[in-house]
Amino acid sequence: MGKVVLHTQRCKGCYLCIRECPKKAIRKSGINNKKGYEVIEVDGQLCVACGTCYVVCPDYVLEIHREETT
Amino acid sequence: MVIKAPDRITYTDGHSFCPGCGHGTAIRLIGEVLQELKLEEDSIIVLDVACGGMPIDVWRYDTIEAAHGRPVPTAVGVKMVRPDQPVLAYLGDGAAYSIGLAETIHSARRNDNIVVIVLNNCVFGMTGGQMSPTTLQGQVTTSSPNGKNMESGGATLDVVKLLSSMDIAYLARGAICDAANIRKAKKYIKKAMEKQLNQEGFSLVELLSPCPTNWKMTPSRCADHIKEHVTSIFPVGEFIGKEGEQV
Ligand SMILES: Cc1ncc(C[n+]2csc(CCOP(=O)(O)OP(=O)(O)O)c2C)c(N)n1
Ligand code: SF4
Ligand SMILES: [Mg+2]
Repeated sequence: MGKVVLHTQRCKGCYLCIRECPKKAIRKSGINNKKGYEVIEVDGQLCVACGTCYVVCPDYVLEIHREETT
Repeated sequence: MVIKAPDRITYTDGHSFCPGCGHGTAIRLIGEVLQELKLEEDSIIVLDVACGGMPIDVWRYDTIEAAHGRPVPTAVGVKMVRPDQPVLAYLGDGAAYSIGLAETIHSARRNDNIVVIVLNNCVFGMTGGQMSPTTLQGQVTTSSPNGKNMESGGATLDVVKLLSSMDIAYLARGAICDAANIRKAKKYIKKAMEKQLNQEGFSLVELLSPCPTNWKMTPSRCADHIKEHVTSIFPVGEFIGKEGEQV
């Protein structure tokens, strides 16, 4: 498991992450950033830190912190 | 373990590509490859003046912005004087396949030891979405308002197919439409850079990419369109030099 750190100041509201997240853990937040885009939020209970959102995000909003499993 | 975009791409806190534009993803893939191959410091990148030229303001690599359509010959020149440094040209379909088509083909013909990454969004993005040689039949653009057809726009040019009979190091086409295809596209870019390091010659990787602004589609609809339609006209995969790691 792990968590996602968000740089929502970079988000432009393309929502490709919402489309591609296999766990449906990402949604619109209702909050606009300085650029005026409604940014995303991640449900930490549903997220498995797979990194799919990182791969598809054109704006480098998502940073994945994975706990090492031994 | 942390997965994050390379610092050299994010230090300005955001580029000015439109929402959902494939350029943002493409330049991150280039950045990831340079980071993984430890080439960030040594590489020299040549950009075009179109939308793909905007990274010059947002990333930290030694970068030259060439005249429109001339990143390939500029990269060839840079490689001649800096043969020990990795050189990569990054440009759009209009630049590489329209105004710069001769330069692209002749560089391939000479098998110059450079990497060329062509972001193919099937339009002249920066200037307002006019037809490019890769515009699909039926595609509505600002210069084909009723849909491109043979009479007014000519055929759709597949440069990857054109190059596939040439004696070059590497040729591949990826698609920026979902996570699986984006991961593959990165492997193509990495293989191309490795070929240059091995002195094998010319590599071209085309990336099918959304231009939501000029396609007048949401980013999500663009992804469907690439998967359902664009890749049926422009097949993805490796066409030359695919030995080595299975992609
Ligand atoms: C010599 C010259 N001719 C034409 C132009 C105008 N121009 C700027 S960008 C561009 C086309 C851009 O299309 P593409 O290369 O596909 O890049 P995109 O913006 O779609 O990524 C054109 C025709 C120019 N800047 N210089
Ligand atoms: S016009 Fe098209 S190619 Fe240019 S930044 Fe916008 S979406 Fe990207
Ligand atoms: Mg283009």
